[in-house]
Amino acid sequence: MARAATTQRKIINTAFAWMVGLLIFFPIMWTILTSFKTEATAIADPPVWFFFDWTLDNYRVVQERSDYSRFLWNSIIIAGGSTFLGMLIAIPAAWSMAFVPSKRTKDILLWMLSTKMLPAVGVLYPIYLIFIKFGLLDTRIGLTIVLMFINLPIMVWMLYTYFKEIPGEILEAARMDGAGLREEILYVLTPMAIPGIASTVLLNVILAWNEAFWTLNLTAAKAAPLTAFIASYSSPEGLFYAKLSAASTMAIAPILILGWFSQKQLVRGLTFGAVK
Amino acid sequence: MATKASRTAARLMLAPAVILLLGWMMVPLTMTVIFSFKRYLPMRGGDLGWVGFENYVRFVNSSAFWPAVQSTLMIVGGVLLITIVLGVLLAILLDQPMWGQGIVRILVIAPFFVMPTVSALVWKNMFMDPVNGLFAHLWRFFGATPVSWLSEASMPSIILIVSWQWLPFATLILLTAIQSLDSEQLEAAEMDGASPLSRFIYITLPHLARAITIVVLIQTIFLLAIFAEIFVTTQGAFGTRTLTYLIFQRVLESQNVGLGSAGGVYAIILANILALFLMRIVGKNLDR
Repeated sequence: MARAATTQRKIINTAFAWMVGLLIFFPIMWTILTSFKTEATAIADPPVWFFFDWTLDNYRVVQERSDYSRFLWNSIIIAGGSTFLGMLIAIPAAWSMAFVPSKRTKDILLWMLSTKMLPAVGVLYPIYLIFIKFGLLDTRIGLTIVLMFINLPIMVWMLYTYFKEIPGEILEAARMDGAGLREEILYVLTPMAIPGIASTVLLNVILAWNEAFWTLNLTAAKAAPLTAFIASYSSPEGLFYAKLSAASTMAIAPILILGWFSQKQLVRGLTFGAVK
Repeated sequence: MATKASRTAARLMLAPAVILLLGWMMVPLTMTVIFSFKRYLPMRGGDLGWVGFENYVRFVNSSAFWPAVQSTLMIVGGVLLITIVLGVLLAILLDQPMWGQGIVRILVIAPFFVMPTVSALVWKNMFMDPVNGLFAHLWRFFGATPVSWLSEASMPSIILIVSWQWLPFATLILLTAIQSLDSEQLEAAEMDGASPLSRFIYITLPHLARAITIVVLIQTIFLLAIFAEIFVTTQGAFGTRTLTYLIFQRVLESQNVGLGSAGGVYAIILANILALFLMRIVGKNLDR
């Protein structure tokens, strides 16, 4: 009896949850579907769902007309570069704070996070001027540096949270067994730190990939990444739904896939382990 | 464990991050504060000298200021309300036993990874367009006149778009918190005859308090800076101009750097007051 009741409850839960899930996912699904339609099918009333002549034309046109791959390349370089640069600075910093904490460690961490609260718009013009002065406007390196700074506090915090969880006893045990500093780093610490480093990299690539304020304001034709490329569709030209959808799908697909793999880390990363 | 040598090494490892971040914060911030006391029009004469607090007074007294504050608060408040109420409900739903939980979770979380420019454009054109949008099709199907969403109901539209993007975040955090809830406590309450509603109010909700606070604070910081969604949809028209957008317009569009900088200082003060609360909570957690 009780078993039948729970099975029934499970069926209801499943149906309801799937309905809600599909509703929330719908805009993304609709965009992906539309990207395979012709322009006429895309705006058909009543809407056409699955039964239409699937075409890859939109993808070809988007690539040919606006050179999608250049924007994609900019996105990859800027997101990857800012994460790499940031990690070079963040790993030693987080490492030293986690393993050699001092009285001021907590203050430093909180202060770092506070720089993240600096509203971008409040410092837009100074950065703009500095960029003009150093010839960084509309360059990949300029944007890479800005995004590195924007995400650096989060990188340090996330790495700190992960490093802090590496138990000191393991290190001591390794030393007792006669491990030298080289072995210690190579065989004990690195394997334990790698998952944390990987999650941090993942989250920061996602954040940098989607960042829009700085990319829209500091780039134009040359260094614009996908966020800016998509914004160019907001002109009347954007009324070509199928092409807009193809462009959107191409812009979000890489990060959507990456994001799905890192949902657990996302919680920890964005709340600094405050919610478990 | 920390020897003198290791402390020196630690300082050296920490120094680049501290120095770079300090520079990143102080240099532009100092410039903004300096500009805010100047009459500075890059296209019309450049730096025209000191004017004291004139920009600050003008910014507050301009007819656009209070509506912008109001829009900002409406967006932040509306999105917070929607994402937290729905987030709690969704988290509870996703925590129930069901088939395909992992997949449903992925479907729900997906919008968080969609870049804001894409999400704004897709909503604007494919859903909210008064002629070809999906909503227009739906309205016509029921014999109603399609609504021109972004001009007639601009604020709810923007709130809808932004809520869609942030609901996954709220759900994810709250779900993580719910999963750490002691199920024995719930079962005991159920045995004692507590109704589902009172179990929710007396056990689940207090347990979620901390997670909710974190969602509120983190989202507030991000929502105050909402930019791409407005840039792509209404460009600040129809009463959707937020404080961030107003400052952006003053600085880049009307090229009044002095006035915009004064606005920037206001925005920084506002964000920092809010940030103070966040710091406290995160800081407390650090002690555990």
